[in-house]
Amino acid sequence: MSAADTSKIALEVKELHAFYGKSHILQGVNLKVNEGEIVALLGRNGAGRSTTVKAIMGMVDNTGEVIWRGKNILGMKAYEIAHLGLGYVPESRDIFPKLTVHQNLMLGEKGGKKPNRWSFEDMYKMFPRLRERQHTEAGVLSGGEQQMLTLCRTLMGDPDLIMIDEPTEGLAPAIVQLVAEYLMELKRRGISVVLVEQKLAIALQISDRVYVMGDRRIVFEGTPAELKADANIRKEWLEV
Amino acid sequence: MSVLNGVSYGLLLFMLSAGLTLIFSMMGVLNFAHASFYMLGAYFAYQVSEWTNYWVAFVVAPILVAVMGGLFERYVLRKTHKSGHVAELLVTFGLSFVILELVQLIWGRSAVDYKVPAALDGSLFKLFNSSFPEYRAFMMLVAVGMLVSLFLMLKKTRIGLVIQAALTHPETTEALGHNVPRVFAMVFAGGCALAGLAGVIGGNAFITEPGMAQAVGAIIFVVVVVGGMGSLAGALIASVLIGLMQTFAVGLDWSFLGGLSALGIDVTPDTFGYPVWKLKLSQIGPILPYLLLVVMLVVRPKGIMGTRDD
Ligand SMILES: Nc1ncnc2c1ncn2[C@@H]1O[C@H](COP(=O)(O)OP(=O)(O)OP(=O)(O)O)[C@@H](O)[C@H]1O
Ligand SMILES: [Mg+2]
Repeated sequence: MSAADTSKIALEVKELHAFYGKSHILQGVNLKVNEGEIVALLGRNGAGRSTTVKAIMGMVDNTGEVIWRGKNILGMKAYEIAHLGLGYVPESRDIFPKLTVHQNLMLGEKGGKKPNRWSFEDMYKMFPRLRERQHTEAGVLSGGEQQMLTLCRTLMGDPDLIMIDEPTEGLAPAIVQLVAEYLMELKRRGISVVLVEQKLAIALQISDRVYVMGDRRIVFEGTPAELKADANIRKEWLEV
Repeated sequence: MSVLNGVSYGLLLFMLSAGLTLIFSMMGVLNFAHASFYMLGAYFAYQVSEWTNYWVAFVVAPILVAVMGGLFERYVLRKTHKSGHVAELLVTFGLSFVILELVQLIWGRSAVDYKVPAALDGSLFKLFNSSFPEYRAFMMLVAVGMLVSLFLMLKKTRIGLVIQAALTHPETTEALGHNVPRVFAMVFAGGCALAGLAGVIGGNAFITEPGMAQAVGAIIFVVVVVGGMGSLAGALIASVLIGLMQTFAVGLDWSFLGGLSALGIDVTPDTFGYPVWKLKLSQIGPILPYLLLVVMLVVRPKGIMGTRDD
């Protein structure tokens, strides 16, 4: 598959509110992702970025609209949303620690009839470390290896859009660069990416567009260049 | 001989505690009604074998129990889940009473005549004048067969992999596209089927009466806690241990009195605590599992194979 038509909207989120029990977290989030585009979701701790991707994935109580390729998917179950082609890579490298690397990857597969554009071989080529450790329990892998594993596990489900929550947190620069290359490879294959990030550098380097969240809503939307030019926004919502 | 009897009883306990411990990992609370499904298995088997024969009952009764368990999970437990653990606990507690009342209503308050089938009613071999019943051997065979298939299912099949993942990380597993609610209903129904099967083979080996659920229920809680909540291997070890312990205790006439006099200490009716010293092991047999429970909770609160630190 080649690069997608990036003028077409893949995902559109309108007035999204989300709740954990009685606490009202998201206060009306609006955003758009085009086909084959990398969109970064930036913001400080507690801004509501993780909650946004979880709400899109149907993992928290929510209201509003989440439109995926023309269809409102809000209210559907997480596993149904996954089968429609949305992938989610949780933060904190949530691998299955007692299962082997290979078994973790198997659990990424959804077992549908649709041919999968990715094979185990593709994953092991992309991250040779994982091939070496394929029969090892995932719980004993290093942080960087666990991150590669969660990225590949979701990819084995063959998503058309993938939402990735803080993939570079606490990783050495060399591994951050590997993650960046992985994201570029997805883009080449026509997959849309929503990247939740803390590190401004990598986000600005690879994204097509950027949203900044503050106080549980969107406070900035633009290109990386526009964000670089806007010192006020950076100062108020990003720098610590 | 006692060893074989103990092991066969232990394996029966394991069929019950295996389901209980899997359901515990999934719900986070112990299912109070688990032993009631064991009782249902025995009564269904009795009824079906009255109508047809034992072999039909052997197949049909566990299936009936599984269907009832599945329906209960789907229409009651799943709705209660939002209200938290206490509500889940209470609803399984309530179910155990409903089942008890229904059983008494349909089959009466005294034991029913659920017998071992004639084909298996002989003795397999004799050793030192005591004989080992064929049916005990059959029980062991069924339990071991179940154990092996459970193990293969969990470790070697794709659905087993999904179950393992869903038990520890339900949200992540669901986000990967697996229908976790359906997996949970299957685990619940499967656990009930095991309990039902244990009832089919245990009800006629022991006794089928309304008190049977309560009697075995307390023991399997001990098994699950001693084995380490949520650990199948731990449940197996604890089951066999408790099975052996109870069978041996019943067969032995030792008392502390004997032990003490063997050590050269004279105990007379005037000695302090005489009523305790003269107790025979066979008399305290029934409370041994609970003693083990207390000792375990003091020495190693997470159980034999437990991994939980809290
Ligand atoms: N399970 C939860 N229950 C209640 N409140 C929560 C829960 N998870 C998050 N919150 C609250 O929601 C708000 C947004 O959290 P979220 O995880 O979306 O932030 P974030 O932007 O991803 O930041 P970070 O990941 O750095 O914490 C925070 O104030 C947080 O305290
Ligand atoms: Mg977060």
